[in-house]
Amino acid sequence: MTADTPVEGRILPLPNSSTKPFWEAAARGELVIQWCEQCQEAQFHPGPLCRMCGAEPDWKVASGRGSIYTYTVVHQSRTPPFDQLVPYIVAMVDLDEGPRMMTNVIGCAADDVHVGMRVEVAFAAEVDGIALPFWQAASEAT
Amino acid sequence: MGDRAPTIVGIGLSDYPRTPHLDSLAHHGLAIRRALDDSGVQKADIDGLLCFGSYGIDDAVTMAEILGIRYNFLDGTFAGGTVFEYYVQHAAAAIEHGDCDTVLITYGSDLLSKQGRTLGTQLYASGNRQGGPLQFEIPYGSPLVSGYALAARRHMHQYGTTSEQLARIAVDTRFNAAANPLAMYRDPLTVEDVLASRMISDPLHMLDCCVISDGGGAILMTTAERARDLRQAPVYIRGAATAQTHWNISAMPDFTVTAAAQSGPAAFAKAGISPADVDILMLYDSFTITVLLLLEDLGFCPKGDGGSFLDANRLTYNGDLPTNTDGGGLSSCHPGMRGIFLLIESVRQLRGQAGTAQVPDAEIAVACGSGGQLSCMGTVVLGKERA
Repeated sequence: MTADTPVEGRILPLPNSSTKPFWEAAARGELVIQWCEQCQEAQFHPGPLCRMCGAEPDWKVASGRGSIYTYTVVHQSRTPPFDQLVPYIVAMVDLDEGPRMMTNVIGCAADDVHVGMRVEVAFAAEVDGIALPFWQAASEAT
Repeated sequence: MGDRAPTIVGIGLSDYPRTPHLDSLAHHGLAIRRALDDSGVQKADIDGLLCFGSYGIDDAVTMAEILGIRYNFLDGTFAGGTVFEYYVQHAAAAIEHGDCDTVLITYGSDLLSKQGRTLGTQLYASGNRQGGPLQFEIPYGSPLVSGYALAARRHMHQYGTTSEQLARIAVDTRFNAAANPLAMYRDPLTVEDVLASRMISDPLHMLDCCVISDGGGAILMTTAERARDLRQAPVYIRGAATAQTHWNISAMPDFTVTAAAQSGPAAFAKAGISPADVDILMLYDSFTITVLLLLEDLGFCPKGDGGSFLDANRLTYNGDLPTNTDGGGLSSCHPGMRGIFLLIESVRQLRGQAGTAQVPDAEIAVACGSGGQLSCMGTVVLGKERA
């Protein structure tokens, strides 16, 4: 799934040792999250250790499906390019695997977004080695 | 060793809310001189310094040099706008332990005059790449205000809280501001005014957001023993506690519960009080939702009942639960970090020096700050009497 949303002008991530696998996978069109074999728990944001037990986390491919936990429609935003994008939706998505991530919900009118809405990931075209994940209404009821 | 119970003996406010002739250092200087005058503390007796500001301008080590303080105790912890509640916790422990005798906590900011009203609606980023955990936020354009909007939306969804209920907070705070001649905005507000104000980040309107001002403050603390020789009746630090759930908003575990659910009960237990004992409540009102969450997390009502609590209780200085009696960040003064003003107004009330907004016979005040984006919570219980 490819996201049809403007990425130009956004400040892009600077991967570090913990986040590099996430962005490498994103460039392949895969959403990955850290997985602790010991705790049987997924975590996001990625970090150098499992935040529960301290073990070194593995990675696993996520389903790319989730639900909106909360959202806001941003009407005033000074920093370019967002000053030109208002109104836009910032949301927290609960992945079906548990962790939560911030995103923009795309392809959705501000009036249509709601808490609990089913969404799926869509990656933007790669810019400078980074493919940003966005989320949009799920293509079928899940 | 004498009576080492930690007390606040001096307070000073710089000029506010608009002071284009003062830079950050001038705010520090004015506030410190006023705190020295207020207390009768000799500058040479200060042997502890706690502050945080811009690196190279007013960070702790730079300020120790600029102010000429030969300290026995230094702290430059950063925890966002509540850091001053953290400083009181740290200073109280250091004083009780005997690491130092007289400490200065200081803050100065020329935010409004230097940067205008940009804090809430800009991104904390520059250049074209973002490292750290913010690499998962900055690309999506979530300004400061939006983090609070995400919390407000979730609270509304989970508990049925309404924009009208949040607006009551802004209305009551404006009532208090009318009693403060220095407050930035003093004209009466209605719930309708708040709801009709421009939407900034849905569901938060412009009048759900704090002002941006200039300002500064200073606090002098020492032992109860030394306080006896000073000008003002001491205000006792009865209990202080701090806690953090996250730093960046996208890592907040539950958007309806802040770390004040940890720091509040901990501070109350140390102080030997319950919410019913509180005469003055100073809550960090960066946004209306911040106040609602703190009311719940500190135990003034059960989690989720903040809306109905606001239907039934007024937060005005002459109301059911006098809160932010100086007019708060929502209407009076917010130069970027408001935590020190919560403590200073608490002291003014406990001394009986709060002017028109004075709450009669105030014995116990609680200052609860919020730093970052609902991230760091410092709670301080202050009293006319010791715990």
